[in-house]
Amino acid sequence: MSKMILEFEKPIVELEKKIDEMRTLSDTLDIGQEIQHLEKKVIQLRENVYAELTRWQRVQLARHPERPYTLDYIGMMTNDFIELHGDRAFGDDKSIVGGFATLGDEPVMLIGHQKGRDTKSNVYRNFGMPQPEGYRKALRLMKLAVKFNRPIVTLLDTPGAFPGIGAEERGQAEAIARNLFEMSHLPVPIVVVVIGEGASGGALGIGVGDKILMMEYTWYSVIAPESCSSILWKSWEYKEQAAEALKLTPTDLLEQKIIDGIIPEPPGGAHRNPEAAAQSLKEAILAELAGLKKLKADKLVEKRIQKFCAMGAWNE
Amino acid sequence: MAWFRRSKENISGSQKKDLPEGLWAKCDECGEIIHKPALEQNLWVCQKCGYHFRISSKTYIAILTDDGSFKEMDKKLTSKDPLGFVDTKPYKDRIKESIRKTELQDAIRTGVGMMNKRSVVIACMDFSFIGGSMGSVVGEKIARAVDKAIRLKAPLIIISASGGARMMEAAYSLMQMAKTSAKLAQLSRKGLPYISLMTDPTTGGVTASFAMLGDVNIAEPGALIGFAGPRVIKQTIGKDLPEGFQKAEFVQEKGFVDIVVPRKELKGTISSLLGMMCA
Repeated sequence: MSKMILEFEKPIVELEKKIDEMRTLSDTLDIGQEIQHLEKKVIQLRENVYAELTRWQRVQLARHPERPYTLDYIGMMTNDFIELHGDRAFGDDKSIVGGFATLGDEPVMLIGHQKGRDTKSNVYRNFGMPQPEGYRKALRLMKLAVKFNRPIVTLLDTPGAFPGIGAEERGQAEAIARNLFEMSHLPVPIVVVVIGEGASGGALGIGVGDKILMMEYTWYSVIAPESCSSILWKSWEYKEQAAEALKLTPTDLLEQKIIDGIIPEPPGGAHRNPEAAAQSLKEAILAELAGLKKLKADKLVEKRIQKFCAMGAWNE
Repeated sequence: MAWFRRSKENISGSQKKDLPEGLWAKCDECGEIIHKPALEQNLWVCQKCGYHFRISSKTYIAILTDDGSFKEMDKKLTSKDPLGFVDTKPYKDRIKESIRKTELQDAIRTGVGMMNKRSVVIACMDFSFIGGSMGSVVGEKIARAVDKAIRLKAPLIIISASGGARMMEAAYSLMQMAKTSAKLAQLSRKGLPYISLMTDPTTGGVTASFAMLGDVNIAEPGALIGFAGPRVIKQTIGKDLPEGFQKAEFVQEKGFVDIVVPRKELKGTISSLLGMMCA
């Protein structure tokens, strides 16, 4: 049972609690039918609530502190992950993790942003905000994948690249730019999945690929709604409006032809049933990889560049 | 003589303003009042302190290319409002207003010109157009400039002046970072040179894509160059920033800019470089 409950989750969770209580009584009382009725009701209620979620509420779900993170998914999708560390130049960034693992029957390079779950682990992971060495580690691992002709899978979940003095000194912008430049031409399949927050260049820095997918309750945009509010409205108060204006949900991005697909999450979101979420993530990645493996490397790269070149809207 | 003197030397807004109208201009750095024709003669660089005023794409192109040689491309590309974006005002109105005020179509001008008799493709941003922000038009025009350079087998020069990606095109803007970087990787594989010139300011998604990817990265003296803006960093770390932080000279010291070149020497330096880099 979740400890952290979002405002709109409350009526659902209360009803679930009631059902649990009734179950403990059902040994002595004949209330089986009553329980069945309530179970149907809770499904209906959840469907109604989740169908009506605003974009801001979806952002909140994407940030739910009990959502599975990269290492959780890797743990549930594979059983032989070997994490590799360091950028060979400065250090090991804990907010980006990566290494080889077998997904299905296939060895792949798995890379993703990594958040922490409590204060201590969040400090350790720098709240999932990478420094330049994180992006450089990711690129090193991708080149390793190319060397051994293994596909690359990246999982995006970051509130943004870290804005700090050290990050600037060590070339945050150059590190991200270099990854975009290099990833556009890597001759192996790359599948990118937004599993939580896809905030700006910090997310895109490991997000150039042949197929871009988003899990159902995630967001992806050029800026977080709060920051957008503070810049355009000159106040932090307009985050709901900013989220609406940015059109940052998976459905929005599918419409904008920026992503290729949406991975459904279990009822209530990935945090309500992480195993089921991991299963559907794994199936989606394997399906995309099977398709991409049929393409020759040069065709793959050509199509990847075309894909990104087609993104945009202008009058002429 | 005033009765009270300011104990601190000067109180000045941190916001740098575009050039004021009239015959005189005031240097943002040292406060010197300068006669505009003299300033223009000096390529909009303060004679007293060397401060580089922000200038338009038109002026950069005039400085860098041989007289009358520049032919603009893709002039008619303008921003759409693909998301129907509204903040305190509709994006549509913002675009219209910017076009009217700046007489530009968007935040970048691209074309082909001669630089000391060498054919070059130039893309130059205008900070005055919605903060030089990169949306779909900037991305597309850069992509086409790369294609042009490949067709002509000519070097590419991009002059950046930008606050970053354009929020009002949300994910579309973000993807322009990937688009422009992918195109530059294509150019690079053809063995053609790309010179990136960073001017004040070059920040955000522009720095984190094409601006940092030059075969040679050049910066104008004193230009602010960074990923995150100084205000955001200050808020995040809760400390004052070191002197000269994110200035061109600082970024060079950290290893991300090859040369800091005063405006007057830009054309000569870039020409010499290109001469040594390609036939």
